[in-house]
Amino acid sequence: MSKPQLIVNEELGKEFGLSKDEYAKVLTIMGRTPSLTELGIFSVMWSEHCSYKSSRAWLRNLPTKAPWVIHGPGENAGVVDIGQGLAAIFKMESHNHPSFIEPYQGAATGVGGILRDVFTMGARPVANLNALRFGSPDHPATRHIVDGVVRGIGGYGNCVGVPTVGGEVNFHESYNGNPLVNAMNVGVARQDRIFLSAAAGIGNPVIYVGSKTGRDGIHGATMASAEFDEDAASKRPTVQVGDPFVEKLLIEACLELMATDAIVAIQDMGAAGLTSSAVEMAGKGGVGIELNLDHVPQREEQMTAYEMMLSESQERMLMVLRPDRTELAKEIFEKWELDFAIIGHLTDTGHIVIKHHDKTEADIPLEPLADEAPLYHRPTAPSPKPEPLGALDVNVSIEQSLIKLLGCADLASRSWIWDQYDSTIGGQTVYRPGQADAAIIRVDGTQIGLALTTDCTPRYCAADAYQGGAQAVAEAWRNITATGAKPLAVTDNLNFGNPEKPEVMGQIVAAIEGMKDACNALDFPVVSGNVSLYNETRDANGENVSVLPTPAIGALGVIDDVSKTIGNAFKADYDIVLIGATKGELGQTLWLREILGKETGNPPQIDLQAERRNGDFVRENIANGLIEACHDLSDGGLLVAAAEMAMAGNVGCTLDVPESGIRPEAYWFGEDQARYLVMTADKDALIKAAKAQNIPARDIGCTGGDSLVMPSGTITTIARMKTASKSFFEKLMKV
Amino acid sequence: MKIGIVVFPGTNRERDMVIAFERVTGVTPTIIWHRETALPQLDMVVLPGGFSYGDYLRCGAMAAHSPIMHEIRAFAEKGGYIMGVCNGFQILTESGLLPGALLPNASLRFLSRDCHLRIERNDTAYTRGWKQGDVFRTATAHGDGNYFCDAENLKRLEGEGQVVFRYSSPEGEINPLNPEYNPNGSINAIAGIIDKTGRICGMMPHPEDMVDPLMGSEDGKPLFQGIMETLTR
Repeated sequence: MSKPQLIVNEELGKEFGLSKDEYAKVLTIMGRTPSLTELGIFSVMWSEHCSYKSSRAWLRNLPTKAPWVIHGPGENAGVVDIGQGLAAIFKMESHNHPSFIEPYQGAATGVGGILRDVFTMGARPVANLNALRFGSPDHPATRHIVDGVVRGIGGYGNCVGVPTVGGEVNFHESYNGNPLVNAMNVGVARQDRIFLSAAAGIGNPVIYVGSKTGRDGIHGATMASAEFDEDAASKRPTVQVGDPFVEKLLIEACLELMATDAIVAIQDMGAAGLTSSAVEMAGKGGVGIELNLDHVPQREEQMTAYEMMLSESQERMLMVLRPDRTELAKEIFEKWELDFAIIGHLTDTGHIVIKHHDKTEADIPLEPLADEAPLYHRPTAPSPKPEPLGALDVNVSIEQSLIKLLGCADLASRSWIWDQYDSTIGGQTVYRPGQADAAIIRVDGTQIGLALTTDCTPRYCAADAYQGGAQAVAEAWRNITATGAKPLAVTDNLNFGNPEKPEVMGQIVAAIEGMKDACNALDFPVVSGNVSLYNETRDANGENVSVLPTPAIGALGVIDDVSKTIGNAFKADYDIVLIGATKGELGQTLWLREILGKETGNPPQIDLQAERRNGDFVRENIANGLIEACHDLSDGGLLVAAAEMAMAGNVGCTLDVPESGIRPEAYWFGEDQARYLVMTADKDALIKAAKAQNIPARDIGCTGGDSLVMPSGTITTIARMKTASKSFFEKLMKV
Repeated sequence: MKIGIVVFPGTNRERDMVIAFERVTGVTPTIIWHRETALPQLDMVVLPGGFSYGDYLRCGAMAAHSPIMHEIRAFAEKGGYIMGVCNGFQILTESGLLPGALLPNASLRFLSRDCHLRIERNDTAYTRGWKQGDVFRTATAHGDGNYFCDAENLKRLEGEGQVVFRYSSPEGEINPLNPEYNPNGSINAIAGIIDKTGRICGMMPHPEDMVDPLMGSEDGKPLFQGIMETLTR
């Protein structure tokens, strides 16, 4: 069967996602009409997904350095010093578009891809996390997407044997046609055995290992760089299919090889597959690369050079080896029953040359391919200010409001999800999902603890992208602080709509600005990240709907002695102290949305000095044993935090009357930032210490019993709260 | 005491098992690659958890035909002890060393949650660290842990005391119909069984992840203490 011949011209360039100007630039660089394979290479390398052409100029503003940062953005993942000669390697990445088209495989391969980014640097993966955003619970597709995504994440993570220890989930109608699936992985390596991707050594062999190449995922990176239309489902063939079993073998084989001195450079084949790995490895090393595709292990017949270069088949890696170690490497991969093929070598030409069936299919100078990649300063427009908060006509009691909030989509128990993820494998999980504000794992063979979290509050970002960007960073920092660990660094996953729309570009720029200020104030540099744009779908009325701006933050903290970390569960007969100031901010709160049905007002304002001061105080007093359980105040405010601590420990509490001058709803449900609810055996000492540092601290009650007792004397049992909290997923998933 | 832990492609809880043996007994087990055709001198072979061969075909089905299994059968015939946990239990039923089969969980979903097990008898190498009727907390992590066997085998298992661990409430109550207390729907709430000789044991949950108070519990320790007492000579 012969294929229709594609004519390379501006029109085809457009189909491949290249603008008119970009296509003209390709002609200038090449000095001739490119071949189909060359056009494919340019189009994926210059796609939004691979080139960050809309966001790059702004991402440069983020702080990326600190004494503990070993490798910041630019490598496969970020690397930080965690002591004792060890490094934590971590990154978060989106798989949004594939997860909408095919939820199981989209989410599964998202986990697989981020794992490879981490172990390609020499780390053994030790923890998975994820940040998920789904459509409205009422939308008919939501249940199917939740089911597929959760099964996909579990199916992959459980099989490769890496515990999934944390994450976050939101529901909102803006994600109806465009869920967000952001997967994070954390690995641990010796600092003196970190592997980078820059190729070196003219003549050194280029090795392909892992699964065979098929026609799956061709142009996946381009798909991820365009809006969805109503026939998105027709793009199902562009979604890759994952094989976690092969990934597990690949991890073990790569780590076995990494214990030798065979590897010069290594990179996984992720988005844009063989193209991006070959181009980036050679480009970073300042060398040329020649590949002979005849030697690429193939699982389908008669694949063309174009198809092989653009395939996104999963579980594949590209390596440059020392020539005298090639046999040794081959033996290791054969032991693990994985394909191993020498498919090329490094050259001094500075070009990438692709040969197939004795024909040169591509010959592109690498320098301009990278250096002349498009970079846009797209126009921005300020987002409209949120509607004013407005009058608050409340006829729901505090207790009824609490029960309703505990059962709402954004607060309800997530146990239905995390029960499907293996969180204990590895035998190092100190705090599992829900037991502490951040997941805590021990580093095998040491007492070092890692604290891990993902955070973002998209409704704040929609109301004020600057405040929302700063808040996401601050909340991640707070969640790590609440366990007693020291926050070290951030990986960001920026999910936005179409950057060609000035108001969306305005959100991107403002959110990055907010993140930048928060990262600077909290000494919390960004060491890796990913940008996912064009998260828009045409709805049934033909309107383009953009997702809420969602700059998800993944973060990592460290503590030398993991036994000093604390969880968020109440124990009986302690005092409860609120750290941080309460003004009673109700704008954009969950209370406002769930009880009054309004999404109005300014989001809570971030005071970065107060964040820093209050957080450092809490961490010190966890270290000295004064604070024995801690929960940061976020969604739902003070009363929800108290209820969550009570449910976590199966121990109730009795709460004192609110501060005067604040309406009760604002006191109990306001979402003022920089606050922590802490459990202490010596409230006087704690409050005295806080006062000495001018930190607001207030005795608000004590723990004990099996209910939450309000100052009015009304009693809400833990059993009732748990029933409310569990009901949401039971109803949604019809358990 | 010499322990060997067999690793198949896709096995992923071997490290947990090593940590548990080291922590509780002070003995470091030997790792044995599935393509080995001879076992070293051992007192016990452990088949740990994981997804051998990706759980493709059927959980444990391909591993049951791995080269090392020939040696493991011979080891069993010579009186060696064999413990299979999770995927290891599935391999033992697939290879016929233990009766029955592990079906998909009744919920048809992967289940990673703590559960409680009741000790049905304490005169075995695996349970002598407990008293009969003791209940301990342990972790589960499986998609196919729903134990099933035909009526004849069930009668034999129950009649000859081959059921050693049963899912229960924290207080030790058995209710096979309550998914809280029998999380995967196993027949008669069976969580672990032993062969006629008392030397081959299979169980679905993971006591090896429950040997360190830092990880939330030391409830799994008696298993390893019992093994040590039996095999130390």
